[in-house]
Amino acid sequence: MKTPSRVLVVGASLGGLSVVEALRREGYAGGVTLLGAERHLPYDRPPLSKKVLSGAVEPEKTFLRSESAVAQLDAEVILGDPAVRLDLTAREVHTAAGRVLRADVIVLATGIEPRRLPGQEKWAGVHVLRTVDDAVALRADLLENPRLVVVGEGVLGTEIAATARSMGLAVTLTGPQSAPLAGQLGPLVGGVLAKLHVEKGVDLRLGVAVKQLVGGDDGRVAGVLLENGEMLPADRVVVAIGSRPATGWLAGSGLDISDGIVCDARCRAAEGVYAVGDAASFHHEGLGVRLRLENRSNAVEQAMAVAANIVGKDEPYTPVPFFWTDQYETKIQTFGILSPEAEVAVVEGDPEKRQFVALYGKNGKVIGALGWNAIKAIRAYRQFVVDGKPWAEVGVQAS
Amino acid sequence: METNSKLKVIVDYDKCCGAGQCVMVAPKVFDQRDDGIVIVLDAEPPPEQYGPVREAAAVCPGAAIRLGESA
Repeated sequence: MKTPSRVLVVGASLGGLSVVEALRREGYAGGVTLLGAERHLPYDRPPLSKKVLSGAVEPEKTFLRSESAVAQLDAEVILGDPAVRLDLTAREVHTAAGRVLRADVIVLATGIEPRRLPGQEKWAGVHVLRTVDDAVALRADLLENPRLVVVGEGVLGTEIAATARSMGLAVTLTGPQSAPLAGQLGPLVGGVLAKLHVEKGVDLRLGVAVKQLVGGDDGRVAGVLLENGEMLPADRVVVAIGSRPATGWLAGSGLDISDGIVCDARCRAAEGVYAVGDAASFHHEGLGVRLRLENRSNAVEQAMAVAANIVGKDEPYTPVPFFWTDQYETKIQTFGILSPEAEVAVVEGDPEKRQFVALYGKNGKVIGALGWNAIKAIRAYRQFVVDGKPWAEVGVQAS
Repeated sequence: METNSKLKVIVDYDKCCGAGQCVMVAPKVFDQRDDGIVIVLDAEPPPEQYGPVREAAAVCPGAAIRLGESA
């Protein structure tokens, strides 16, 4: 493939920045444009629900690179101007401000946007958390010591609940799964996590869906009404019920955006068009499945794979997914794909002692590993996941 | 970029989340304490380590590794 003379990267968060950096590391000397919807230089999102929300880290510390480091990339950086249309044939991106950007190769890295409850914008005091501006606004509200209800028992919801509780707030966590993160990590780890949150003083209302938000005459949110009729009083509500790929602007472009941006094994969505990060769905040749990974490590590793393909290396992207969450003093880290239906075996430590490694197995093979306060120990089990070690060879302590 | 400049590894320990990705990519330059926090084995690694070190800085989930370049 001919090396392109100009690469346009749409999306200036971690994935987009990483593409530009990886291109330069690969020795690519052509023109690069980095287009971002937000007004900020690329920043890191994982701290937003943790150290930024708690105040342990200033928002400015989340910037991934200094202005001078960004300048050294020798890229045209356009911020605060969302892409609104892709013309696949002309290979042009049109922006909200009316720019028309042409390139030989376009990389789509627009990420995800939070789902919302129907009608939530009617009430003041209801938050989502995706951007650094969201985090700053939520922190300002939490400092007023409100009764907080977090809707959503996934990663973001549980992290926000843990942070708010650590700040001393009265926190209720609600969601349809039977335990926090049960939908991601399965019932065993979900159960340990439920105990942890209860010990820390979070009021859990799980296994029941939200019916609607309820507001007062003053236009402020007053509570969350559950499907079972229970009303959870609230001064502030965070809605963390998942996200969807930010691909609305690609409707009608001709790309398949049925679940994110559908790509091949090389993260190519069309001739001269690639996708990286939370919005990119790709075929994992090693696992033989289609994946769309919403985690930080994926954004970087996929960006490196795409940059390599842009300069002509023609390599499939076959990552070992890595994900982590910090809640209170607990650090959970995982490798692989942790299906909630998988068999789970504790192979080191003890969940009761809050330090353990668990392996996840499916179809007779290890598919994932999870460390609970075992951040050094889990590293040894990554290879089990890479090899798809036979489940029968796993030393099982408990199940 | 690769001229005669020397690469210096700078770690922001507050940001380290103990993922150990750096140890996997550049084991000659990074190790982990028992609590997972990074240990820099060689803050001014030799040129043959520049590739792995740059990759470690890129993949660090905490964005805790910075590379300084001095002439």
